[in-house]
Amino acid sequence: MQNAMSMILVAATGPWAAKTVAERASESLDTSLWAVAAYMVLALLAVVVLVTLLGLVLIYAERKIAGRFQCRVGPMRVGPHGLLQTVADTFKLLLKEDIIPTRADQAMHLLAPFLCMGATVLIIAVLPYSPTMQILDLNIGVLFVTAVSGFGVMGILLGGWSSNNKWSLIGAMRSGAQIISYEISATLALLVVVLFAGTMSLRGIVESQEAGWWIWRAHGVGLISFIVYLIASTAEINRTPFDIPEGESELTAGFHAEYSGLRFSFFFLSEFINMFIVSALAATLFLGGWMPFHIGGWTTFNNVMGLIPPSLWFAGKNLFVIFVIMWFRWTFPRLRVDQLMRLEWKILLPIGFANLMAASLVVLSNFYFFPGK
Amino acid sequence: MNAVFYMASAVAVLTTLLAITRREAVHALLYLIVSLLAVALVFFTLGAPLIAALEVIVYAGAIVILFIFVVMLLNLGNAARTQERVWLPKGAWRAPGALALLLGGLLLYVLKQESRWMPVDRVVDVKEVARALFGPYVLAVEIASVLLLAGLIGAYYLVWRGPIRRPGRRD
Repeated sequence: MQNAMSMILVAATGPWAAKTVAERASESLDTSLWAVAAYMVLALLAVVVLVTLLGLVLIYAERKIAGRFQCRVGPMRVGPHGLLQTVADTFKLLLKEDIIPTRADQAMHLLAPFLCMGATVLIIAVLPYSPTMQILDLNIGVLFVTAVSGFGVMGILLGGWSSNNKWSLIGAMRSGAQIISYEISATLALLVVVLFAGTMSLRGIVESQEAGWWIWRAHGVGLISFIVYLIASTAEINRTPFDIPEGESELTAGFHAEYSGLRFSFFFLSEFINMFIVSALAATLFLGGWMPFHIGGWTTFNNVMGLIPPSLWFAGKNLFVIFVIMWFRWTFPRLRVDQLMRLEWKILLPIGFANLMAASLVVLSNFYFFPGK
Repeated sequence: MNAVFYMASAVAVLTTLLAITRREAVHALLYLIVSLLAVALVFFTLGAPLIAALEVIVYAGAIVILFIFVVMLLNLGNAARTQERVWLPKGAWRAPGALALLLGGLLLYVLKQESRWMPVDRVVDVKEVARALFGPYVLAVEIASVLLLAGLIGAYYLVWRGPIRRPGRRD
């Protein structure tokens, strides 16, 4: 028992032996091709299960949180505390008729939801969930994420255009303008952390935060870029207060007004998974990813913190950021189009550039809290 | 990796041809995006993941999206398609097609002569690209930024409406 405890302690506090599924697969490439195939199937299964579970959990959480914010109890009827409500709704969506408007561009209309979903799922593969839970670590990880997430707007634009409906088209164009604009601020905020860590690999960024999380290691620079990132990426995933692309009161439902059944659920699901991705990135880059919370010198405290498994740390930070984003939604009213553009180009972008310069000064002078290594 | 390279190149050539020949502007742009993605894959197989990612971010993710945006703004209908057909009759392809074939043949010939051409088998790091950009190529970077600045000033001038007039007075 004692031995096991000390082993856990060593595993939790010692040097992190991180290894991704892709690395394991390439190691076994020489010995057996079956092992490689098994790793690939495992990774695929993991992604599918994660997406399904996230869809169920996040939609339930959104309903419950929305209920609490509005002094309701949220769904209560299906299952204990309404736990099965989302499952029931999923069945309803799957059984619905899949309608394609007569004058629509059929092929594009069918393709658009898959583009949206595909861009989302590709990012899930590079996120580091724990030292041993990551499918693939790219040396351009952060850049890959921005590239792929910028690509998701394709699905929205195509969906809006191919529906041959003016509300859909207006929603799609608003969405395109919004995502391209706010992408700049989000990327600038991510670049600050890339500067600090000196690497673009997501695993490398997590490992560089062993001495302290970037959000408070750099005299407020990290904090400012965290806030800028949170605002800009909330706009990028089209959530309230930035949900003008699907503003119900003006555009019925925006780009997905003509979608129903399974294809609508793809748009809907990718929106929720995007929220997960945004908060996972915020947790990875600014809040230390799977690194436990350590205070320099407090050995006992650090050991106790190290007992909590890294995947739980990651999940906890992630859920916290998700809760903040949901909190935004039920607190702020929707912005107008001109306010939206002014916020990005006249406020967030200058702050982002100034912050990047400040960050490079911090890096040049090596002026961090918790110097560590 | 060689097979991936050739397959991606074939996809790039094919989709570029389709992008030129499609009558519907949005379909043509979609093929252009697939072609850019294939080119990004070519860069990746040549050992330049950074350039591959930049290709996707800058071209596929931003520039072509803006093209699609403009096409949607204009909302071209059937009239544009007939116009396209009138502007590009079947015979119009002959001369440019022959010239392109000639150029392609020349390119293949040159590549055959140049036996030093070989695929790179090492991955070019992000830092290496940065050092090259701000070392030997710093002049080119500065010239590119001057070009972009000119574009920025041009765009600003186009949307500038002169000094702000008082509301309610029109002349």
